[in-house]
Amino acid sequence: MSKLNRSQPLKKLSFLATAVAVLGITSAYAADYPTAKVNTTGLAVTDSTVTVGILHSATGTMAISETGSIQAEKLAIAQINALGGVLGRKIEVIQEDGASDWPTFAEKSKKLLENDKVAAVMGCWTSASRKAVLPVFEKDNGLLFYPTFYEGLEQSKNVFYTGQEATQQILAGLDWIAKEKKAKTFYLIGSDYIWPRTSMKIARKHIEQHLKGTVVGEEYVALGDTQFGSVINKIKLKKPDVIYAAVVGGSNVAWFKQLNAAGLDAKKQTMLTISVTEDEVLGIGGENLEGFYSAMKYFQSLKNPNNEAFVAEFKKAYGEASVIGDVTQAAYLGPWLWKAGVEKAGSFDVDKVAAALPGYEFTAAPEGYVKVDQNHHLWSKLRIGQWRKDGQADVVYESELIAPDPFPKGYQ
Amino acid sequence: MFGYTMTEIGSIVVMQGFAGLSLFSVLLLMALGLAIIFGQMGVINMAHGEFMTVGAYTTVFMSKVAVQYGWVGSYFMFAIITAFILAFFLGYLVEYLMIRHLYKRPLDTLLATWGLSLVMQQIFRSTFGAKEVSADLPEWLLGSFKPTPDIDIPINGVLVMGLSLIVTVSVYLYLYRSRGGLRIRATMQNRIMAGAVGINTKKVDRFTFALGCGIAGVAGAAFTTIASTGPTTGSLYIVDSFMVVVFGGAASLFGTIASAFGIAQAQSILQFFMTSSMGKVSTLMVIVVILMMRPEGLFASKVRK
Repeated sequence: MSKLNRSQPLKKLSFLATAVAVLGITSAYAADYPTAKVNTTGLAVTDSTVTVGILHSATGTMAISETGSIQAEKLAIAQINALGGVLGRKIEVIQEDGASDWPTFAEKSKKLLENDKVAAVMGCWTSASRKAVLPVFEKDNGLLFYPTFYEGLEQSKNVFYTGQEATQQILAGLDWIAKEKKAKTFYLIGSDYIWPRTSMKIARKHIEQHLKGTVVGEEYVALGDTQFGSVINKIKLKKPDVIYAAVVGGSNVAWFKQLNAAGLDAKKQTMLTISVTEDEVLGIGGENLEGFYSAMKYFQSLKNPNNEAFVAEFKKAYGEASVIGDVTQAAYLGPWLWKAGVEKAGSFDVDKVAAALPGYEFTAAPEGYVKVDQNHHLWSKLRIGQWRKDGQADVVYESELIAPDPFPKGYQ
Repeated sequence: MFGYTMTEIGSIVVMQGFAGLSLFSVLLLMALGLAIIFGQMGVINMAHGEFMTVGAYTTVFMSKVAVQYGWVGSYFMFAIITAFILAFFLGYLVEYLMIRHLYKRPLDTLLATWGLSLVMQQIFRSTFGAKEVSADLPEWLLGSFKPTPDIDIPINGVLVMGLSLIVTVSVYLYLYRSRGGLRIRATMQNRIMAGAVGINTKKVDRFTFALGCGIAGVAGAAFTTIASTGPTTGSLYIVDSFMVVVFGGAASLFGTIASAFGIAQAQSILQFFMTSSMGKVSTLMVIVVILMMRPEGLFASKVRK
């Protein structure tokens, strides 16, 4: 990391210009953008630095999931700094720990925005934490880049959503499995909180109205529940063509282990899940997942030059054994999109960046081309990955670019 | 019947019966250590789940070593024994450094052990990383045993069941049929008299607490076969453990067994006929009502207060 964080003397313009030209990314020099002009709202911007915040849970139950996001955001920032920063200013990071506790998230976001005057915040993971900080960001006019795929039904001037909203993740995946596996009957199972419940509502509507299929069971298990014996027996009795699953956290591991132990492996049962990324596979174990499908916009095994470079850099920074899941990649987009917005606006002012970013097309994303929509979500593709024993996925299907639709008509 | 054949219904009844028994053995294994620490000693050990996590991480670590040296097929028994020994000595240390100063202050014990659980979780997180990990299980532990084509009996469930039986019988024999157990029960019932007849009560305390922790370690090792291992795994189990012990009547080993059986059967049957969350909620409601009628739990020992 230290290599990437080394100070870049601004005088070495020619070197920078070459680097910039080679990578095809527009950059600019601090001298062309006087601080008084690019920062009219009193943000933490000096002639040579700009401060952004990172707000995730580094401790508590959510640290399992959020660690990857923190790593990806820091990597992106280090890379941006190595390229000369944003408007010629090096990014400095203030990292706060939300500690898996929603009031703490609100308090820390207040601290970042009001005391530290950060120009943007990369952060949050669960919807609960995002909902907790949203009023703070709207009141203090901050800028949040939120990485997780989530249930939708939200749009704010102060937030950019770099993960998929529910319809982007659900509809194309269901279409694929219905067509490919001739699936007619579905069993829906999820953890008992807002994201799985909203997702299953959308899935059920889509199955019943568009695919003309039947939902033979819909089930929610308490967060943290590790006993699936009865649920698995119910599934055995109903014999659905497809299990559609959104189980999270510790329950997820227990779910797959017990499913396999009960004889329901991929040879006997088709399952499509929207809650398993490479991160989860570490805990579940590839042998328990082999052959099942995940619907995500990103898999570490994606074959394109952007992704290969990204994976190599990530492993260099965090070790050969580290894996990259869907949300980690989405978190990596945050700093890059913010930089693009600032450069397009020629200003760090939140209103100007928020106005400039929609319409921006980011071609260097590891997942491939993405576009920022007017509704602050991203246009992206959906991929279906089939898990291998080694914990990586073979991408078996890739959709067209899907427009984000956080308030889907007919699905609520 | 309901569009299913009799064979299908028959096999579901068998598998459902097994699911109930399997949940019973999980709850029992979880609660046994606590039945000693909370039930016998009266220490409210909020860090009990973290001792299970110690056992779980021991198993994961042993499995990594086993994979390196190619004895995956046989490491599991050693892992269980190592988990017991490690958790035992950790418990011994915790009793010496912390618990023994707090025997007369039960509510402070609650806070102190809760603090200890947070500290231990963060130590796990810093040492093993925040992400959940999985033990590489030997082939013979995966998959299911099929007496007929329709019936699948999970092998890991059988393992947990067997282990739970062995541990329960050993605990029973030790507590009620050995001199060591006699000393423990004497100390817990009347500390001063026990001291007067020459029992080193401090030593007994330390050993008892460590024994409870050791059993938690075994439980943690066994649970790697059915669930996850992460820094906060223990917190998934702690509520259920207390529930079983309190519902059964704190000081009674038989109560713990009966209560684990009752809760497991109720939960697994209700979850089959209702949804999973509703099944769990209904079980908890029944427990609350029964505890209101019998505050001492199902099998309160009749002791003069």
